Amino acid sequence: MSELELQNKNAVLASTETIDGEIATLNLGPTHPATHGIFQNILQIDGERILSAEQTVGYIHRAFEKLSERLHYKQITPINDRLNYCSSPINNIGWHMTVEKLIGAEMPKRVDYMRVIVMELARIADHLVCNSVIGVDTGALTGFTYMFQEREKIYDIYEEICGARLTTNLGRIGGFDRDFNKEFISKLRAFLKEFPKKFDEFGALLERNRIFMDRTIGAGPISAERALNYSFAGPNLRAAGVDYDVRVMKPYSSYEDFDFNIPVGNDGDTYDRFMVRQQEIRESLKIITQALENMPEGDYHADIPSFYLPPKEDVYSSMEALIYHFKIVMGETPIPKGEVYHSVEGGNGELGYYLVSDGGRTPYRLHFRRPCFIYYQAYPEMIKGSLLSDAILTLSSLNVIAGELDA
Amino acid sequence: MSQFSTQIQESLLSQFADSKYELDIYKEHNFTFSVTDIHAAMAYLKSEGFIFLTDLTGSHYPENPGAEFQVVYHIHNLSENVRFRLKVNLSQDNMHIPTVTDLFSSANWMERETFDFFGILFDGHPNLSRILNVDDMDYHPMKKEYALEDETRVDKDDTFFGR
Amino acid sequence: MVKIVGAPEGIEGQGFFATSFDKVIGMARANSLWPLPFATSCCGIEFMATMGANYDLARFGSERMSFSPRQSDLLIVAGTISKKLGPVLKQVYDQMAEPKWVLSVGACASSGGIFDTYSVLQGIDHVIPVDVYVPGCPPRPEQIIEGILKIQELARNESLRRRDSPEYRKMLESYNIQ
Repeated sequence: MSELELQNKNAVLASTETIDGEIATLNLGPTHPATHGIFQNILQIDGERILSAEQTVGYIHRAFEKLSERLHYKQITPINDRLNYCSSPINNIGWHMTVEKLIGAEMPKRVDYMRVIVMELARIADHLVCNSVIGVDTGALTGFTYMFQEREKIYDIYEEICGARLTTNLGRIGGFDRDFNKEFISKLRAFLKEFPKKFDEFGALLERNRIFMDRTIGAGPISAERALNYSFAGPNLRAAGVDYDVRVMKPYSSYEDFDFNIPVGNDGDTYDRFMVRQQEIRESLKIITQALENMPEGDYHADIPSFYLPPKEDVYSSMEALIYHFKIVMGETPIPKGEVYHSVEGGNGELGYYLVSDGGRTPYRLHFRRPCFIYYQAYPEMIKGSLLSDAILTLSSLNVIAGELDA
Repeated sequence: MSQFSTQIQESLLSQFADSKYELDIYKEHNFTFSVTDIHAAMAYLKSEGFIFLTDLTGSHYPENPGAEFQVVYHIHNLSENVRFRLKVNLSQDNMHIPTVTDLFSSANWMERETFDFFGILFDGHPNLSRILNVDDMDYHPMKKEYALEDETRVDKDDTFFGR
Repeated sequence: MVKIVGAPEGIEGQGFFATSFDKVIGMARANSLWPLPFATSCCGIEFMATMGANYDLARFGSERMSFSPRQSDLLIVAGTISKKLGPVLKQVYDQMAEPKWVLSVGACASSGGIFDTYSVLQGIDHVIPVDVYVPGCPPRPEQIIEGILKIQELARNESLRRRDSPEYRKMLESYNIQ
């Protein structure tokens, strides 16, 4: 080979080597079928392996906190719905409990049990969405269709108590606006009878499925210590091995009366998160059954006339009821000055409300401790070094709800 | 008030001269620290088992001269089940406060959110930029002097809204 | 008894069927709208319920949800659009090929909804032209289906030259869309 040909050959070899080592930038989002929600990840990938991810959030920032400084306490309930909209009753009831903590109101036992039933139904609805979507991302679309049918049944039950399907605006500060009627109880009993069988079918499709397990085991793991450092909560933390559940650590709404287990995983990977949510649905069914069997008699609301609207017939006949009604609707409720932090176990973990009140009609400062916002930060660390398809699965198994992410 | 929380509270008050403590009517522990002590206090608490930073946010109190801004930390000890609330008051002339990202990785975005909303500057933060609002926004919206609505809107007639 | 779409009016004979182009093309377009679900928030979950088995949207021809703008006809914007997302929405609309329709699902997409704040776009018609608005917060699946039926009516009766006409171009220019 001549000198020139040898030089050319080396030049070609050298350029091939640099092509092999090139890093590609891939823009995942903000609108993407696999990211269930609006958030952007700019990934640096080497072949199929992810080297780093840069995140952009805030595409659906709706300024809830500033909006809450303008609205009365009872008007903030519909805003709360839109936080984690897959399980809105939990947000509503958490907010009502925060205000009740601020004013120092005690709830009758019946209200507590009613709240527990509704919150556990919401938790089931939220986990159904997440698990079916993990199935969809691995290619199993059947589970999604069947589980959304079950969500329709939960929507039917919500409609009996509050009238709405998704963004429920449920209950009042002080309890509920109406008692459980016969249709509610019969629909709930029918659901408790039929759902476990359908759910076991869904479980049989995926839980011990060879392909599903191969896809999800080892995808996006996180250790318990890193998860705690990132303030994970909820099923994501329990999948990593830490059994922190607000319902047990700081029981609210009579959760201490119920007997349930907290499922805990080992490695914190996608399969563990999926299985923890599956088990939690079963535990929620147990809680609802216990609450329904032991439902105490009593009032469906607390006796706090300055905060809870009186019944309409009293408004038209009694003077005090008329004055209370007027004051409550105009927002002139005697809220004390103070600051309080209350948290409930939402579908994704510890959902907290930090409320500062200056005695006025509207909160002075209301801050939502949103679990999605806090644990989504850990995503680049979880997917570093994994394949692109595993990164997609990790994202859907984290159950990032865009409304809660950006608020 | 458990024995553990009393012990930690006394230790904190003795270590940091500027700190204050209050147990309010909701049985919540409230501590106030100065800007210089907060990082050391958080490091001490982390070493005592408070490994879970529940929340980090800010507030704006324009009627308190010299302490217009406040950064509020909620921290949780999972094994002893004790929650503390730590507050730091900042004056609007000096909005700098050290970051706790080196102790708790979850503080990263929470501090960015506080910066985005109030303009509080966290020294030592790896990437202190806006997170929820558009990047070219030139004001910090959660401050009390700014309105909720978009000021540049022309198609809304305020006479219909009673304002 | 399943109701299927009937043939348009025309003259029929042995081995031939004569009708006008716009009737046939209108019928074909209306009954095979492939939507692009631009689902941001809570209305997105109601849209997923509309796609599900109970309120099946696939009956109306929308079997394939395309997530690529180049392969879809109908842009369904469901959920709040913030100012940060406005340019992204415009880019997605630009990438769609004519003829294209836009369905704005929910109060937030139509007019900003309950979020009259500094960060929410008060209606997507500030950035893209909209054909049908579906109010509700979130609208029930039956309402979303009614919105799709109205788009079908628009698609069926649209003249073939509409997309090249000067009025249409003028409207697009008012949105700064080339």
